[in-house]
Amino acid sequence: MKHIRTISGATLKQSASGGGCGECQTSCQSACKTSCTVANQRCEQKKKD
Amino acid sequence: MIHTFSGWGHHVVLDVESGAVHLADELSLALLPHIRLPMAPDCPPAVARAAGADPAEADEAWRELYTLYKQGLLFAPAAELTPPTGRLKALCLHVSHDCDLRCGYCFAHAGDYGGARVTMDFDTARTAVDLLVRLSGARRNLEIDFFGGEPLLALDTVRRTVEYARAHEAEWGGKHFRFTLTTNGLGLDDETIDFLNREMDNVVLSLDGRPGVHDALRRTAAGEGSYEKVLPGIRALVERRDRDYYVRGTFTARNPDFADDALYLASLGFKHLSMEPVVLPEGHPLALREEHLPAVFAAYDRLAGALRGESGVSFFHFRVDLTQGPCVYKRLRGCGAGFEYAAVTPEGDLYPCHQFVGREAYRMGSVREGRLDPAVAARFAALTVSNKPSCRDCWAKYFCSGGCAAAALNMTGALDGRYALGCEMQKKRLECAILTAVDRMAGEAPAEARP
Ligand code: SF4
Ligand code: SF4
Repeated sequence: MKHIRTISGATLKQSASGGGCGECQTSCQSACKTSCTVANQRCEQKKKD
Repeated sequence: MIHTFSGWGHHVVLDVESGAVHLADELSLALLPHIRLPMAPDCPPAVARAAGADPAEADEAWRELYTLYKQGLLFAPAAELTPPTGRLKALCLHVSHDCDLRCGYCFAHAGDYGGARVTMDFDTARTAVDLLVRLSGARRNLEIDFFGGEPLLALDTVRRTVEYARAHEAEWGGKHFRFTLTTNGLGLDDETIDFLNREMDNVVLSLDGRPGVHDALRRTAAGEGSYEKVLPGIRALVERRDRDYYVRGTFTARNPDFADDALYLASLGFKHLSMEPVVLPEGHPLALREEHLPAVFAAYDRLAGALRGESGVSFFHFRVDLTQGPCVYKRLRGCGAGFEYAAVTPEGDLYPCHQFVGREAYRMGSVREGRLDPAVAARFAALTVSNKPSCRDCWAKYFCSGGCAAAALNMTGALDGRYALGCEMQKKRLECAILTAVDRMAGEAPAEARP
């Protein structure tokens, strides 16, 4: 396409199919201890790939 | 819902509900605000005129947008998802409510959380580990963060706790513990460094940046700056480490230009950095206020620009993985404080998280009672972005996951209140993070090839 280019697809929608296994890291434990950004965490299932 | 913003020559379009990210040209960016749902397949002539575009060109761009719309990648509807009930999987062990520093902004009241200066004995720590193992059910990955105060003041408890948990992982059905420790760096002798580098999956090292900035607030009990005292140990640990670490600073009203502090830390050779806005009640002289926002935004922009490309330095809040990030359930639920995550005081009292410690109304019992107070847990489990009115319509919701409940309570008096200043900073650093990721990906494989 010429006018708009997709950089990343419907990742969020696809992620719903897994149901949420809960094995991933708790967000506040990682570095900050004061905020709750989750987007910089990784999915435990995808880590295995 | 979509969110658009521009930087580094990119016009970024985030489709909030699907998670898709696009790069638009000027024309399609100009058309986006005119789209009404359900979207028409052809560009209305009035829209082409309003966008000041040639009708044929406008129609071409419009059809591309329409294709994305039909594919569910633009203006995707919100899905009604309920995250599964969480189970306890992480504990923050306050092994020491004592500290050998007296930092001017400490939310723990110089380490003691308003109580006595005590350390946790091993028996309490062991009971906490047992509780975690039991309440975690089938969950395999468990986390324990050694926190304080200053956890190195209770190193013996830390060592014994690690030993105890590791020795029983198999017996407890294949549990896997991840240990982290947050330290001010004062107690980092060679032996401690070896222990931490061997056993801790992540070490968080507090350093505020430029020596003057650090020393102004991170002082010893005698009132001296601590920079020169902590730097050698922190450096030695990082040099000998092959696992995760973060050098973490706090910025306050004194240094809203904290990009210079982060870049100073990078110049010392530290690769994994984090700079956090101070958490203090309004009215405190160090608290960040609305008037600081322009300087804070400029600092995020400057930092993102300086780290653009192959800088080799990662800034915690700019690390967003657009394709491999956590699933939508985690994003709805956020930090998990109070049901997936809890803090334990030296006495064994349970609180929803480290920042609630000492708030009596939020005490969740004791590790010896063998459970988390279900009433408090339920209040926290309900704090999803779909339940919070101010978050539901916010573009950042799946990245931010609803913000920090402790900050909301401190600043607004309600767990589900909206701490507006925090939201503004969060959204700014998310834009920087998304831009950083997009900038990298735009140079890689053709976009259509990606899932
Ligand atoms: S930025 Fe604020 S309003 Fe938006 S999701 Fe986060 S906490 Fe909610
Ligand atoms: S309430 Fe705030 S400080 Fe506590 S775990 Fe959640 S994000 Fe972290």
